[in-house]
Amino acid sequence: MMQPATTNSPMTAQARAAVPALDIQNLTKLFGGLKAVNNFSLTVQRGALDGLIGPNGAGKTTVFNMITGLYVPTTGDIFLDGDNLVGMEPFEITQSGIGRTFQNIRLFPTLTVLDNVRIAYHTHAGYGLFDGLRRNAKFEAKERELTERAEDFLNIFGLERYVNEQARNLPYGEQRRVEIARALASEPKLLLLDEPAAGMNPGEIEKLMELIHFVRDRFNLTILLIEHQMRLVMNICERITVMDFGEVIARGNPVDIQGDKRVVEAYLGRGAAGRGGKV
Amino acid sequence: MDLNQLAISLVKIIAVLAWVYGLLWAVGRKPWWAKALGIVIAFGIIQLALTPINGTQVFNDFDRGLLFQACGMTMVALGLNLIYGFNGQFSLGQWGFYGIGAYTAADVTYRWVNHDASGLLVGGLLVILVGLMILVVGRLIARYKGMPVLSQFTLYLIGAGVAAVISVLIGNAIANAIAPAFGAADASNSVLLGNVAQNVILVLAVLVGGAFAAEVSFLFGLPVLSLGSDYFGIATLGFTIVVQTLLVNTDTLLPFPEMKGGRGMIGIPKLTTWFWAFVFMLAVIIVMRNLIYSSTGRAIISVREDETAAKSMGIDIARYKLLAFVIGSLFAGIGGGIYAHYIGFLSPATFSFLLGFNPLIIIVFGGLGSMTGTIAASFGWIFFLEGLLRVILGQLGTEAPTWRFVLYPITLLMLMLLRPQGLLGGVEWGFLRHPKVAVRTSQTTQGVPVPAGK
Amino acid sequence: MAQATVSKQSTYAARRPGARMAWIGQAFLGLLALAALVILVPHLIKDPALFLQIVLSGLQLGFVYAMIALGYTMVYGIVKLINFAHGDVFMVGAFVSYYLVAQFQLHVWPALVWPGFSPTLALLIGTLSVMAVCMAVCVVMAVVIERVAYKPLRDAPRIAALITSIGVSFFLEFFGALYFVFSGRFIPYKRPFDVVTWYITTSGVHMLQPGQTPPSGAPIISNIFLIIVAASVAVQLLLQYLVRRTKLGKAMRATSFDKPTARLMGINVDQVISFTFAVGAAFAGLGGMLYAIAYPSIWTQLGILPGLKAFVAAVLGGIGSIPGAFVGALIMGQAEALTMGFISTPMRDAVAFTILILVLLVRPTGIFGEPEKEKA
Repeated sequence: MMQPATTNSPMTAQARAAVPALDIQNLTKLFGGLKAVNNFSLTVQRGALDGLIGPNGAGKTTVFNMITGLYVPTTGDIFLDGDNLVGMEPFEITQSGIGRTFQNIRLFPTLTVLDNVRIAYHTHAGYGLFDGLRRNAKFEAKERELTERAEDFLNIFGLERYVNEQARNLPYGEQRRVEIARALASEPKLLLLDEPAAGMNPGEIEKLMELIHFVRDRFNLTILLIEHQMRLVMNICERITVMDFGEVIARGNPVDIQGDKRVVEAYLGRGAAGRGGKV
Repeated sequence: MDLNQLAISLVKIIAVLAWVYGLLWAVGRKPWWAKALGIVIAFGIIQLALTPINGTQVFNDFDRGLLFQACGMTMVALGLNLIYGFNGQFSLGQWGFYGIGAYTAADVTYRWVNHDASGLLVGGLLVILVGLMILVVGRLIARYKGMPVLSQFTLYLIGAGVAAVISVLIGNAIANAIAPAFGAADASNSVLLGNVAQNVILVLAVLVGGAFAAEVSFLFGLPVLSLGSDYFGIATLGFTIVVQTLLVNTDTLLPFPEMKGGRGMIGIPKLTTWFWAFVFMLAVIIVMRNLIYSSTGRAIISVREDETAAKSMGIDIARYKLLAFVIGSLFAGIGGGIYAHYIGFLSPATFSFLLGFNPLIIIVFGGLGSMTGTIAASFGWIFFLEGLLRVILGQLGTEAPTWRFVLYPITLLMLMLLRPQGLLGGVEWGFLRHPKVAVRTSQTTQGVPVPAGK
Repeated sequence: MAQATVSKQSTYAARRPGARMAWIGQAFLGLLALAALVILVPHLIKDPALFLQIVLSGLQLGFVYAMIALGYTMVYGIVKLINFAHGDVFMVGAFVSYYLVAQFQLHVWPALVWPGFSPTLALLIGTLSVMAVCMAVCVVMAVVIERVAYKPLRDAPRIAALITSIGVSFFLEFFGALYFVFSGRFIPYKRPFDVVTWYITTSGVHMLQPGQTPPSGAPIISNIFLIIVAASVAVQLLLQYLVRRTKLGKAMRATSFDKPTARLMGINVDQVISFTFAVGAAFAGLGGMLYAIAYPSIWTQLGILPGLKAFVAAVLGGIGSIPGAFVGALIMGQAEALTMGFISTPMRDAVAFTILILVLLVRPTGIFGEPEKEKA
């Protein structure tokens, strides 16, 4: 395991390339007396496609929320490319290069699909408030550029026909794709997917797996996903971390995890491993 | 009941609403000359209706008053729609900023026509210095990431205090220096009191009033917007009440004897003309529309839609709430300035929080998040309820004013039950329509194998 | 690993330098508190009896506000609605009791029905009857309003119910102001019983004779003050018992916590909600009657400001919390009385709301409130 560089000191590009994309160390979150996450550590290498699994209530989404700054960890550090994220505001963390989708789809419901994606460009729109008010040349040029890029994005995902449609009117599967498109449009280095396959049938899951592979390769990303659908996890994740009751109980590649007794017991109960319980 | 009167009033209302539609349609045309022509014609039609020709006027003085009220209310309501309809922050404070804008603008012109430039100079200097102060202190605060909101507020407050002291001292000094230029005490032939000067002063006064309201809203909004929607609403209600209390005590607690506290300020020069009311209202509409259909506008709207998702899009929620709040209050302040100079006197009773529910009802009626709805509802509200209904009920007896307040809520209740999204919820006309993007087909994309969705 | 943990604290602080600037805001608040003390303490030292008197009048106001605040906090807790019409229920309570006393002389009805009935006992029974009828009318009114105006909007966006409550409030105020109802003028209230005042000196408690002025420096209390305090405390205790010890109270708490689940547990949510409105209205109506006895001049807009202040009190104490509403109301009463006595009467409303804003800044969920956590 690599040592993280000291926080926020300027690093050379070479040094940065040597550092893992995401390095979480000893993360703990207490809600009152409840330890939702306990001494959680995880390293994700650049370009990897890793998974975080565990039974319901294990603390997976809490970890995601801490990474993106929605919750503040009680103790522990989170390094993105060597920069410590703890204490930063959520919007600052996004601007550092993390994109995220949510367990319950969080699109902007009454905005059009196009506007949903265009918002992702807001932080690097290239023009400011007064340019917009004056409708000057800079606004026209940058807005057109931004819109074209957003449309390109939607085309890549096959969503071009929904451009002017309100996001809430789309079928569920398409909404998920819009959410992924939107997260990608913010040009992140690390993409966090929270249960992307929720509510999908096997056919849709197949297509989602293709999409995730495509996205990782095309956009040169690192991806960490939370998922319950084991088909998806076992087939596309390179390394898997398993959580239960807020702690890491196993780590490894899909083959190792499937055979791990503790994992089986966490999902199916004590003694299930002995009964040949399959994941 | 005079049926002729009734019919004429109804026709006028329909005509005005049609005019609004026409204006929005015209400004929505693509070529710039079409927009300009549309604006001039729209202005001209009403101006003509207001001018006496051969002894008759299409719009009498009562209508003129309604027109100005409608323009003012449109500005206030659009501001509130920005804050609540588009940004999702429930505010009951709009009326307080309306009052601040009205009184500030009135004071500037009142003093001017009484040969005292101190109102303009102190006021102008104050808004400029406070504005600069906000930029400077803001930059300072940005370097200290994570400063709690209350501390930020204290720094801005101290800065505002310093700016206020400086502007009072310097402004008064300059005012004394140029006082002789006004001429003798009751002379009125100085160039500073001429027609051109009066119009310039009106514009400056309204802008100063609006800017002052915006700056107060900045100071107030900064700590309070972090409270979350319900509590924010209550705090703004408190603000409106505090403002009204201060207005009643302008001559006792505050050093403005000319405002005469609870007795009301009189002698405000009636400088509002159709030209200025139209220009300011149109400016507000254009600014609002350009804001909404820009990246900043999308950021503002995203805060309403889903704060958590907006945060994960890199949007600083607190900043955009404050921005919407300040711009909305600016509009309210400008509306107040226009109102003050049409009616000629101001009374704190006008700015009670009860009446402050009017803009809220209007924007809900017209449809939250619909600019067209707000404009139509403002004009409709003023012309129909204030105009027509007052006439009808006035002919029914002395109880009429009270009956109005009985009918409003019943209408409101029915509206809420039957069509809660408002009359024009989600609908926009002409200029205000959402610029749609042409749908592209897959042929135009770069040839990447796309995993097609279902 | 040790490298990271050792430098963790300092690097966090280095990244958020502004966090150490919290003292600026706290100093500002401290300054305000100091200013308040500087204004009040000299008065306390100079004339303690007057200070005590003002505190007592603040208590009187506070206990009345408490009775109104309960309704706001309970209704908000259960349906997340700021019921703007609640203050007008208070007003109706005052008016109903006025008509019962002035027109029907209900406050002495046993003596009218059975001549020769003991006058004091008749007054006691009669006054209690007036209270009961008053509360009953308010209850009926509140339940009708809830069923007609709020229930249909329960699934609509919250603004719709809020605007409707504003509408209902306006309706009550102005319909009442019509000539054939209450009329818009100020009506001198006819008290069911006379106000008896006592003044306290070092030699004991003395009753004030009509026409007699109390010796300076002697604080006075009246029977209506004692009744208000007693009623308010009784109401509070009754409510605590209801909410904590009865099945209905448990149902109320369950419904305010999670409505759909409460419904699944077999609770008749509609009835529980109506009951909550009813209880709040009963207390507000009682408060209205007592307020009118204490300050005997009523008009249809009577309920606006006390209602608003009671609402502020509920927010102050933590909206949704019943003891919080009580404490908040006492604070509001004191703030108002102290401002009226030592600063100036016109400022009392401004000070009350400024306190609200300050408390919200320091502790946004109120004194007893609990922060709401949203699941991402």
